Amino acid sequence: MKKYILDLRVVSNEHPRAGYALLKLTNPDGPMPEIAPGQFVQLAVSDSPSTMLRRPISVHHVDYDSNQLWLLIHMIGEGTNKLGNLRPGDTVNTIVPLGKGFSLASGSVAKPLLVGGGVGIAPLLYFGAKLKEQGVEPTFLLGARSKDDLMQLDEFEKVGRVFLTTEDGSVGEKGFVTQHSIWNQETFTSVHCCGPKPMMVAVAKVAKGKGVECEVSLENMMACGLGACLCCVEDTQQGNVCVCKEGPVFNINELKWLI
Amino acid sequence: MADLNVNIGGLSLKNPVMTASGTFGYGLEYADFVDLSQIGGIIVKGTTLEPRQGNPYPRMAETPHGMLNCVGLQNKGVDYFCEHIYPTIKDIDTNMIVNVSGSSPESYAECAAHVDALDKIPAIELNISCPNVKQGGMAFGVTAQGAAQVVKAVRKAYNKTLIVKLSPNVTDICEIARAVEAEGADSVSLINTLMGMSIDAERRRRTLSIGTGGLSGPAVKPVALRMVYQVARAVKIPVIGLGGISNATDALEFLLAGASAIQIGTMNFVDPAVTVKVAQGINEYLDRHGFKSVDDIVGIVD
Repeated sequence: MKKYILDLRVVSNEHPRAGYALLKLTNPDGPMPEIAPGQFVQLAVSDSPSTMLRRPISVHHVDYDSNQLWLLIHMIGEGTNKLGNLRPGDTVNTIVPLGKGFSLASGSVAKPLLVGGGVGIAPLLYFGAKLKEQGVEPTFLLGARSKDDLMQLDEFEKVGRVFLTTEDGSVGEKGFVTQHSIWNQETFTSVHCCGPKPMMVAVAKVAKGKGVECEVSLENMMACGLGACLCCVEDTQQGNVCVCKEGPVFNINELKWLI
Repeated sequence: MADLNVNIGGLSLKNPVMTASGTFGYGLEYADFVDLSQIGGIIVKGTTLEPRQGNPYPRMAETPHGMLNCVGLQNKGVDYFCEHIYPTIKDIDTNMIVNVSGSSPESYAECAAHVDALDKIPAIELNISCPNVKQGGMAFGVTAQGAAQVVKAVRKAYNKTLIVKLSPNVTDICEIARAVEAEGADSVSLINTLMGMSIDAERRRRTLSIGTGGLSGPAVKPVALRMVYQVARAVKIPVIGLGGISNATDALEFLLAGASAIQIGTMNFVDPAVTVKVAQGINEYLDRHGFKSVDDIVGIVD
């Protein structure tokens, strides 16, 4: 897929909860490039002396009709805080699209389960929308500490069925995503997961136990985002490979995780 | 339009802008962003005789105006390069230069001999300055004797343009430069990264897997510029300057200090199209100040 460096314009930037930004960008110079679900973009951060490198952010949603790219950003450092405080009309220099995304299940028997936690829910919305476009209904299983930590639920509900877990039980089933009753009530043909690593390891174990294919999306620290610098490597069955180029989405069988 | 052509020890470059090893992959990674034929030379990732897995993750830490890395020469080995990578890059219309590393003078020489056999690789850059590997790498580049030993072995095995990349982690870089010149190096490139370290205070642990790493980016530019200035006056062979160059003005400073060509490294991560912008900027500067060629400004600042 061809990559572009574009000056995208901020349409809106909302904070769905404290510390998170929902950044909606548009391309003033043409259509939004083709982006596959699970791919990411690299955003330049201007006016931040401590931030030289771009920030890799996964694609939350793409609406080609309105020429919009949505990003859900966890504001954890100076770079992501600058991005989270961009204002409508601002320009953000963006490399798009990067990496390899999720496998798109197809066919009438396909029943994928999309599991997300924290800001890891971000790429699942666009992935779910793409599945739906292909006639496959996605099931979302989203986890959070508490009700207020969940974001974008209305958007997920437009795309597929949504099941929730919270650690305090304030909404959905109480506990972790791996403890949700849906795992035993229904049979899924594939599992696709993005979230904190301990959660992804736990989900991978459940999927493996059920003999279901499982993909996870990694977020190793990156510099170039193009497979040139070899900084973001993950130890896989093929040795150290660049998460930015060969991932960020991997089948768990390719990884050396203890699952 | 000024004459941007420069000559590095028999190697003709259409302009003085090259890419630094380890920051530009094999060039193909950047083909969507730049016309590779508009770059003076592309120095591909460090290549060794045997395949290397490099150091464990994490290998990178961002620092003010720069970054640390401890990649550790991950590559699939020179045989893989010759069989699988070379065919995909040999027709790129620029100087494709292989950065060669090793763990002994013999392994450097053997690796260089493999590359010597490749028609479309007109030069190698000998890496005696990688700070991130235990054996070889910088171990040879920090003494004049060690540097001379490696260059001597490689010179016997390699007939085309031989560039030697120097480490800044030394007391007197001029001494090393003179030692490699005496053994037949055609050019020196400097600087490789400066040894550094980063600590994650919240987690109370080292940020990088092996503790230390090489610092690059704009933060190192003044150090690099000083060393290029000194080395250009210590040797007769052409000097290639690098270290924190992020725009045409930075590049011009290196040329004025005495570099015959420059390399851009870390800035490729920030702006993948930076190389062609720098080449254009150098041209505009020469025209604006009435210089006819790049050679007219090399080393003119005393």
